Amino acid sequence: MPHINLPEGVPGIRSLVVYRPETGKHLYELAQVLLRGDSPLSEADRELIATYVSHRNDCMFCKSSHAAAARCLYGDEASVVDAVMQDMQHAPISDKLKALLIIAGKVQVLGKEVKQVHIDAARALGATDREIHDTVLIAASFSMFNRYVDGLATLTPTDPAAYAEMGKRMTEKGYQLPQQPNS
Amino acid sequence: MAYIELNNELPGIRGLMQYRPEMARPLNELAEILLRNDDNSLSRGERELIGTYVSYLNDCFFCQNVHGALAGHYLQCDLQQIDAIKQNMQETELPEKMKALLQVAAMVQQSGKKVTQADINNARSNGATDREIHDTVLIAASFCMFNRYVDGLGTWAPQDRNVYLERAPRRAAEGYLDFDLTR
Repeated sequence: MPHINLPEGVPGIRSLVVYRPETGKHLYELAQVLLRGDSPLSEADRELIATYVSHRNDCMFCKSSHAAAARCLYGDEASVVDAVMQDMQHAPISDKLKALLIIAGKVQVLGKEVKQVHIDAARALGATDREIHDTVLIAASFSMFNRYVDGLATLTPTDPAAYAEMGKRMTEKGYQLPQQPNS
Repeated sequence: MAYIELNNELPGIRGLMQYRPEMARPLNELAEILLRNDDNSLSRGERELIGTYVSYLNDCFFCQNVHGALAGHYLQCDLQQIDAIKQNMQETELPEKMKALLQVAAMVQQSGKKVTQADINNARSNGATDREIHDTVLIAASFCMFNRYVDGLGTWAPQDRNVYLERAPRRAAEGYLDFDLTR
């Protein structure tokens, strides 16, 4: 049961943005610009950062939905998503992406946990300032989204098929404010 | 100095906003509606206090001083009173409803999952509405983002706390939209 009177049957963040579209509008705009807007990081890699932070925050709704979107975006390499959640250091991804995920993991704990050494490591592996910036802000924003979704105890589907469908929608349509509670 | 080259000398989140204006837009829109929009039963001062408290718990010097000065400006209390609330809010003269909402915010700061039914019941029995609980959770969650963004990229902050007090009246008057970042 959600902690407040949210629209029934609507899961996760969608129930919150339908409840309060005035704030929801800007949250979806932020997700769209961060995850789909202009960035040197691919959409798949950005969804992976979101998934990794949500996984570390144990937010089932955000983790499952963004993992589904990342699997869609990686296509033939979809298995990297689960490999990263199981054991990021040994996942079949580039060393640069690992260095960025390490930074995201530090941000998940606390901003101050990011040290010069983590930045230097990412840069030595080819990460640019823009890539480091976008990684930090994506990780920070999911530290918000995860708390918002779990802090109000929103409805969390348990059927993987529900998330597969969400992932497909997030890949095809991006982040658009739902117009109707059941849209 | 910040971990990345921002090509400006502005402190805290202002330097980041100048660096990435396309992302600053939804962040500022969110801050405006959450903290300053007048269609809200929580006062601007109460909402800034929630932001201040979470920023203190996240040990973010820049955010807790910017928003602490704004809270003091709106609530007409001095720095010592704001500091007393940060350090031990239960022992202050704050209304019980505000204490209960700050308690919810403190749980959100740790993790969304930390918010219990008892925390919500306590807020409600002290007169908090669903909308107030919602906004408290989202303000607390959003500062978990802002604080991580500011500290995760190692931005600089003026160390003289009077700088923040002096700026507060103009920040309050201008709001979070369409202000001159460089002033």
